[in-house]
Amino acid sequence: MRYAETGFNLEIDLSRGNIERVETDPSLTKLHLGGLGTNAKILWDRVPPEVGPFSPDNLLIFGTGLLCCTPAPSANRTIVTTISPQTLLMAYSMMGGFFGPELKKAGYDKIVIRGKSPRLVYLWINNDQVEIRDASHLQGKGGNETAELLRQELREPEAQIAAIGLAGENRVYTASIEQGKSSASRQGVGAVMGDKGLKAIVVRGTKDVNIARPAEFMEMCNEVLSFMKHRLQNPLKLPDGMPIILGYLGIQEMALDDEEWHTTNFAWGNARHRRKDFWTKETEERWKETQEKVVTRLIGCYNCPIRCGGSVSYPGLRTYMMKCYSKLTYTMAAMSDLDFGFRIAQRATEYGVDGFSTPQIIAFALELYEAGILTDQDMPGMPCDSEGRFFWLLDMIVRREGIGDVLANGTHWAAQQIGKGAEAYAHNNIKKHEQLPLKLGMLNPIYFLMYCTGEKINITQIEGQFPQAPHTSREAREEFVKDWIQVPHERFKEYFVNWEPGTFPHNPPPEAVCDIVDWQEAMHYIDDATGLCAASSSFILKPPYHIHNLPRIISSATGMDIDEAGLWEITRRNRTLVRAINVRRGLRRKDEKPPEDHWKKRFPELEAKLLDEYYKFKGWNSQGIPTKEFLQGLGLNYVSEDLVKRGILTDSEGNQAVAGKEEQ
Amino acid sequence: MGEGKKKLVKTIKIDVDKCSGCRACEVICSAFHATPKYSSNNARSRIRVIHEPLKDKYVPVYAGEYTAAECMGRDKYVIDGKEYGECDFCRASCPSRNSFKEPDSGLPLRCDMCEGEEEPLCVKWCLVDALTYEEREEEVEGIEEEGEEKKEEMEITLESMVDKYGLQKVVDAAARMAKKG
Repeated sequence: MRYAETGFNLEIDLSRGNIERVETDPSLTKLHLGGLGTNAKILWDRVPPEVGPFSPDNLLIFGTGLLCCTPAPSANRTIVTTISPQTLLMAYSMMGGFFGPELKKAGYDKIVIRGKSPRLVYLWINNDQVEIRDASHLQGKGGNETAELLRQELREPEAQIAAIGLAGENRVYTASIEQGKSSASRQGVGAVMGDKGLKAIVVRGTKDVNIARPAEFMEMCNEVLSFMKHRLQNPLKLPDGMPIILGYLGIQEMALDDEEWHTTNFAWGNARHRRKDFWTKETEERWKETQEKVVTRLIGCYNCPIRCGGSVSYPGLRTYMMKCYSKLTYTMAAMSDLDFGFRIAQRATEYGVDGFSTPQIIAFALELYEAGILTDQDMPGMPCDSEGRFFWLLDMIVRREGIGDVLANGTHWAAQQIGKGAEAYAHNNIKKHEQLPLKLGMLNPIYFLMYCTGEKINITQIEGQFPQAPHTSREAREEFVKDWIQVPHERFKEYFVNWEPGTFPHNPPPEAVCDIVDWQEAMHYIDDATGLCAASSSFILKPPYHIHNLPRIISSATGMDIDEAGLWEITRRNRTLVRAINVRRGLRRKDEKPPEDHWKKRFPELEAKLLDEYYKFKGWNSQGIPTKEFLQGLGLNYVSEDLVKRGILTDSEGNQAVAGKEEQ
Repeated sequence: MGEGKKKLVKTIKIDVDKCSGCRACEVICSAFHATPKYSSNNARSRIRVIHEPLKDKYVPVYAGEYTAAECMGRDKYVIDGKEYGECDFCRASCPSRNSFKEPDSGLPLRCDMCEGEEEPLCVKWCLVDALTYEEREEEVEGIEEEGEEKKEEMEITLESMVDKYGLQKVVDAAARMAKKG
C-alpha cells in the first residue's frame, strides 16, 4: 500500500485521445518526494531541449504535492510544470485552492498531458472514470464562467475545476490556469494548456488517502495547528523597514487595508515611479471604504486556517476570488486607485491572465506610446484616459488583435518585435519574465543572489525565512533569535545578531549570504515537493513548518524514514534537477542577473564574487552548471552523462564548462 | 413538585459569516472517523461546508437523521440578498444528494459530536471561529426520557439497507453471512 500518495498518475495523450492510469515507481518518491520533484524528473526524462513550448511533445504536468490531501494543514498545492513559452525554460508555476486534494481523492498524484487535441476539449475525471469531452460550447468563456457551466452540466457541485479563459485559448504568454480561489499564473502555463486544446480539467474524487503512522502524524499536525493558532493571534514584531504584513501568518493582503508599504515602496506605471507621498489619510479612508464594499468574505484554501483570499463582489460584475498583491498590480501600473484595481481584476480573472505580468505589459505599451515608439496607427480607437486604455489594451492582448498580438508575448518578446529602441522599456525582466515593480537604492546581496539564480524567476517564491532587515539594536536582534527554532543551524542566529543596519552591500558577508539564500530557497523546494503552501511555511518568518519538524511529518505520513540530512539531500537533488533542465535549455551565467535598474548602487566586483561563491556553494561550476561530481553525489549520474554527451560538461574534468567565463 | 429532569444539550453554533470555506472541519472529521484512522477523505465527512463560492455562499451543515425519501417541496430563503435552498441548511442524509453518505456503500452518516473527545474536532480545527461548541442543561418536562429509544449507528445503517433492498433480502444476506461464520 502507498501512503500519503496514491501511487498512480493519469497519462493523457490528447492527440490520440488515449487515457492511461499508470502506477508510479515508489523509489522515485524516495528520491524526489512528489510535486515539483517528480514533475521535474518526468520533464527531464521525457522533454528534451529540442522540444519547444508549443510542440505536441511538450508535457503539461499537474503534480500534487506529496502531503497534499493528508490532514497536514495547508497541504493543498498543485505544481504545474511545462516548458514556458515566455522564458523557454521550465515553467515553475503553482496553485493552491482545492484542485490537488480532489485529484488525490480521485486516485491520482499527477495528470501528465501530452499531444494536442484537434478541437477544444475538457477532461472529466470522476474517480476511475476518465473522459475527454467536447468543449466547443465553452470556447471564449471565462475561467470562473467555465467552472460554473461545467458544474451545472455535470451536476457535480463538489467537482473542482482548473480552466483557462480566452487568454489561454489564444496562447497569450501570460495566460494563467484559473481554479476559483487560486490560479497557476506565472510563465504562461495557460498558453500551453490552450495550445493543447484543453479548456478545463474537472475532477471529482471520493477515495481515501492513507497515512502510514497515523497517531504520530496527527500529533504533528495538531502541533502545527496550535502553532498556527498562536501565530495568527500574535503577529511578529518586525525590524523597522519591514512591512507589517510580513509579521502575519499567510499573506493577508485581503484583510489589511493599510497599503502604505506597497504604494510607497513599489514602483508605479511600468515599474518606474516611486510615490513616496502617495499614502495619505484621505487615501487610506477611501481605499478602506472601497475594500469593505467589495470584499464580502475572507476565504482560505483546502484545510488551511489562514485567510489569504477574498471573495470579491463588485456591483454589476460576476463574483470572483482574489489573493495577495494582485489587488494593487493593475491599480499601480495604471496610476489609478483601488476601485479600478478591483474592477479590472474581475475581467482579467475571467480572461485568465497573470496579474503580475499583464499590468506591466500594458504599462509598457503605454510608455512606448508616450515615447512615440508605438503610434496612433498601432492603437486605433484607444481611449484617452488611463483606466480606459488599460481595459482596451487588456482586451486587445487577450484577443491577440492588432498590437495586442505582439504584446501578448510579454514585454521581452514584444520589445524585440517592435524594435526602435523598445528593448529599453522592457526593463523589469529576469530571464525574459516580468518581475515585481521594485526599484531600490543600495544593492542587497541576499536579494541579488536570489534574483539572479532563482529558477522560479519570481522572488516571492524564494524568499521568506530570513528577515529582510535587521533590528536597529543588537539587543533587539538577540531578542528576536531567542525563539527562532526554525533555523537549520545556530550560525544563522549569529548572522542575524551580527548584522548591523545600513551595512549593505558588504554585510552580511558573502559566505553568510550564500548560506542564507540557500536555506531560504531550500525551504521553498521542500514545500513545492510536499504541496505545503509557502504562506504558512517557507515564505513566512518563524513559520509552523520548518526543517526540524518536516522530516517527521513526511516520514510518519509516508512510512519512509527521512531525517534532516535526508531531506536536505532530496531537496538539493530536486533543486539541481531543475537547474539541469534549464542548463540543457541554454541557461548560463550571463542570464543570471537582476533587472539592470533594480538597484541604483551596484558593485560589479562584489556581485561577481557573490555569484562565484554561491555557485561553488551549490556545487555548480563558474557557469552555474552542476558539476559532474556533485551530480553523481546526488545519484544524478544520468544527468551528468547527458550533459557530457551534449558537450555541456566535459568528460575529463567535469567541472569545466565548455563555454568559457568570458562569455558573460 | 419535585425537580424536573435535566439533560445535557450539546450544540455547535455556526457563524456562516465567519466561514472561510477551507473545509478543515471536513478534513478532520473524516480523518477522525476513518478506518484505518486518519486516512483522509472529506467525502466521508459528517460535516459538510455547503458552498457556492461564486455566489459567496458557505454553510457548514452537520449530518443528522437518515431519511428514506426526499421532501415534497423545497422552499427558498433570501438572507442578506443571497438566495439559499432549503437543502443548504438541511442535516438529513437523503436520496436527493450525495452528502452525508459513505461514498462506497451509500450508507448514511451521522455526526456523533466526536464522542470521547474534549470538544468536536471540527470545532477545534476551525481557527476562524465559524464553529463554536456549547453545552447547556435543559429541563425536560412531561415525556419520560427512558421510554425513548436511542438508535444506535448499526440500527440506522440497517434501516437504510432495508429501505434500499427490502427486509427479506437483508435478512437473507445476514443468514448467509452467519452460515459462512
